[in-house]
Amino acid sequence: MGKRLMKGNEAVVHGALMGGATHFFGYPITPASEIAHGAAQYFNGSGRFFLQAESEVSAVNMLYGAAGAGARVMTASSGPGFALMSEGLSYLAGAELPAVLVDVQRAGPGLGNIWPEQSDYNMVVKGGGHGNYRNLVYAPYSAQEMCDFTRKAFDMADRYRMTVCILTDAYVGQMMEPVELSGEMTEGEKKPWAVYGDGESKKNLITSIFMDPVLLEQHNRHLQEKYSRVEQECVEYEEYWTQEADFIFVAYGITARICMSAVDQLRSRGIQAGLLRPKTLYPFPVKQIRKLCSRNITLAAAELSNGMMADDVRLAAEGKVPVLHYGWLGGVIPTVDEITDRVVRDLEKGGKL
Amino acid sequence: MIKHAKSKALYDTFERKGTGQKVSHYCPGCGHGTVHNLIAEALVDLGITDRTVFMSPVGCSVFAYYYFDVGNFQCAHGRAPAVATGVRRVLENAVVISYQGDGDLAGIGTAEILHAANRGENITVFFVNNAIYGMTGGQMAPTTLVGQKTLTTPAGRSLTRDGGPIGMAEVMNALKTPVYIERVSLGTPQGVMKTRKAVKRGLSYQVEKRGFSFVEILSPCPINWKMDPGSSRKWITEHLEPVFPVQKFRDVQSGTAAPEVPKQPKVLKGKALLKMLQGESAITELTESAMKEDQFVKIAGFGGQGVLSAGMFLAKGAIAEGLNASWLPSYGPEMRGGKAYASVILSRKQIGSPVVEKPNVLLAMNLPSLLAFEEDVQPGGVILVNSSIIDRKVTRDDVTALYVPASDIAKSGGLIAASNMVMLTVYLAYTGTLQVETIKKMIPQNVKRKEHVEKNLAIVDASIAYLKEQGLLKT
Amino acid sequence: MNYAKIDPNLCKGCRVCINSCPKHCILLGDSINEIGYQYAQFVPGSPCTACGICFYVCPEFGAVTVFKDEEDANG
Repeated sequence: MGKRLMKGNEAVVHGALMGGATHFFGYPITPASEIAHGAAQYFNGSGRFFLQAESEVSAVNMLYGAAGAGARVMTASSGPGFALMSEGLSYLAGAELPAVLVDVQRAGPGLGNIWPEQSDYNMVVKGGGHGNYRNLVYAPYSAQEMCDFTRKAFDMADRYRMTVCILTDAYVGQMMEPVELSGEMTEGEKKPWAVYGDGESKKNLITSIFMDPVLLEQHNRHLQEKYSRVEQECVEYEEYWTQEADFIFVAYGITARICMSAVDQLRSRGIQAGLLRPKTLYPFPVKQIRKLCSRNITLAAAELSNGMMADDVRLAAEGKVPVLHYGWLGGVIPTVDEITDRVVRDLEKGGKL
Repeated sequence: MIKHAKSKALYDTFERKGTGQKVSHYCPGCGHGTVHNLIAEALVDLGITDRTVFMSPVGCSVFAYYYFDVGNFQCAHGRAPAVATGVRRVLENAVVISYQGDGDLAGIGTAEILHAANRGENITVFFVNNAIYGMTGGQMAPTTLVGQKTLTTPAGRSLTRDGGPIGMAEVMNALKTPVYIERVSLGTPQGVMKTRKAVKRGLSYQVEKRGFSFVEILSPCPINWKMDPGSSRKWITEHLEPVFPVQKFRDVQSGTAAPEVPKQPKVLKGKALLKMLQGESAITELTESAMKEDQFVKIAGFGGQGVLSAGMFLAKGAIAEGLNASWLPSYGPEMRGGKAYASVILSRKQIGSPVVEKPNVLLAMNLPSLLAFEEDVQPGGVILVNSSIIDRKVTRDDVTALYVPASDIAKSGGLIAASNMVMLTVYLAYTGTLQVETIKKMIPQNVKRKEHVEKNLAIVDASIAYLKEQGLLKT
Repeated sequence: MNYAKIDPNLCKGCRVCINSCPKHCILLGDSINEIGYQYAQFVPGSPCTACGICFYVCPEFGAVTVFKDEEDANG
């Protein structure tokens, strides 16, 4: 089967249609706009539906309506827009509506700039909005994964009746790579809880309000049980040269790509380096990190943020091994040399070389 | 015989409120119950109860779903028109109602209502305007009258400090798309009967798929107005109606065509969908690459020189010869500033960082690019200089410099814009990274304007001829 | 005879029906209903036309039901 060269952002649209998405509501923002462009072309072109909303707030509420009406729905944005969607995410979570939201991260805070950062981690991975909720979060690092994870996201959203986020960054979104459009194509099924505008489904109610605290606690417990199930069933990660490694990066997205190159370079310099790459950020590969920590290793959480993911790595490491934080901010991304030099320095400091 | 009785569109008992409940949550004399009754009656009259989907807002009517025996959504504050839009675009035959109060619709939700109306969504909006926030206990609303005392305007609303009451029907009337806009009042029994007609009309227009209907209803809030229910109705007539005139603003009469809905193309599924996604530009492997080492290519120039597209062409060619490839653009405002560059990596292995920090190939299309990137090139690398427009020589002696009059060759070939193709051809042929045949096979698929295909092919040949002429082609 | 039936346990005593009835057929009773309101009562024998005004202005659900005399309807 032929491959197509495409941007990560375009691959999202392809994956979405292969995953049975029927409705896209979005608002333009750099560096995520190609997803809206692609959706306008391909969703409309295949008899599905694209609408440019008046704001991200409206877009996410259109998702709420369309998801409640049983459709497979999605939107895409970047940090400033995703922040506006926090209100809607909370309602989607409360009403247990499946939806797929893509965040092509740019640098903040505020308007920041359009270069990559990974500083939406807490907002997306920890829930970010009002109430005790989580999003299932995939972290693609290539155009192929942008396609594959988005496709898969729709099944997962339906399976768990929850929001699934694709947390990526400006580079992975803008980068072009060959994408193989293969694998199963799926479609949404009829949902017994959705409102279809007919006599059979009119008993259904899409809501997040429970006035009785006891009932709301029950509802929250139910959500937490669901999240526990997600933690058991959905963790995905990839290991690159971690066996017998002394120094292991934990990184996702564009940073994982750079760390892969750094691992190669370090190994050529005789340093046993490796990379653990979470493919899901929630749930986080806690068990695998814990397992790696049974050996005498050093972990380095490498990310384009002030240590948001590093906190999760430290929690998983439980203080058993040193956890370093390699962070870059403001849209600056590290060079491979810069990383490897730093690793050498840190290992010397730690006296492990 | 029964002449007027509770509508069948309302539940017999309100189980969502509490087991066996039959009484509403509304305060005595509240207008919401009246409006609910009128909507419920119209749903039955029009025979649309089963296919109705009702948006409950945030505000006193947050629990409307307790009462209506229809499909129900409870929405975030002010967002009901956006949620309704989502529902509308999924359920073609549903009757979608957005029921909102004044804080919801005229305050926090102004963007949502304005744009749903402006899109002409085929929905019906019932806007219950009682000039105060009820649910939160009597604060100023966007429609609160000047001088009206509320908890947040204890000395009365001030026009210059707090703004004035917004006439939402008038705002709606500024848009071209709504088909029906009317303001009615519950101030008198006659007003209630007019409201009954307006409610039914707003719904029937939706059933007829005419478009967006907006019914604003002036409604009493005796508790927060601190009046008895009787006086509150009088207050509507005496104080609200002069500020919010009761009138029909627009009624696109029957016979007028419904707004044209663009016809959706056929729904593609399975193989047909996959075929569309793969498109014509799916790359099939042509031959195995003879590339000697991983290529870290920086192509740089000004916008319009085809820098980004040359990079894409290169990456596609590499894929066609079985290599891995990544392409990273300069993008955003920087691109619009006229500086453009693309980073392309070709490798037999999985590509790690897609960032080309130290290129082993630099295609410098203009002088600033050469100045910017010359120093970054790896020792032993290749720098191609578009000598048609760059006067300067490469200053390093640890790299191979090729001076290619790319713009001139392209111009002679009748296509000045193809200087990128010259640079690419010379680079690939000189280094033996990809076969010239691959480039030629790809041109027809990748050149958008068909009349340019032949010219591009000729320019590739001219580039090869130039290389031979210079004795640079190792054969 | 036409008449309006007011469910004593659904009425919140807002008197809107009382104020609205063109024939003054409804009065506020002295009794308190199970939800704590003094409720409206139809005055038996009053000249009700079954116009439905009381039904339409009532803010409660099913508190008022209006009956029309069959003969009247036929006549």
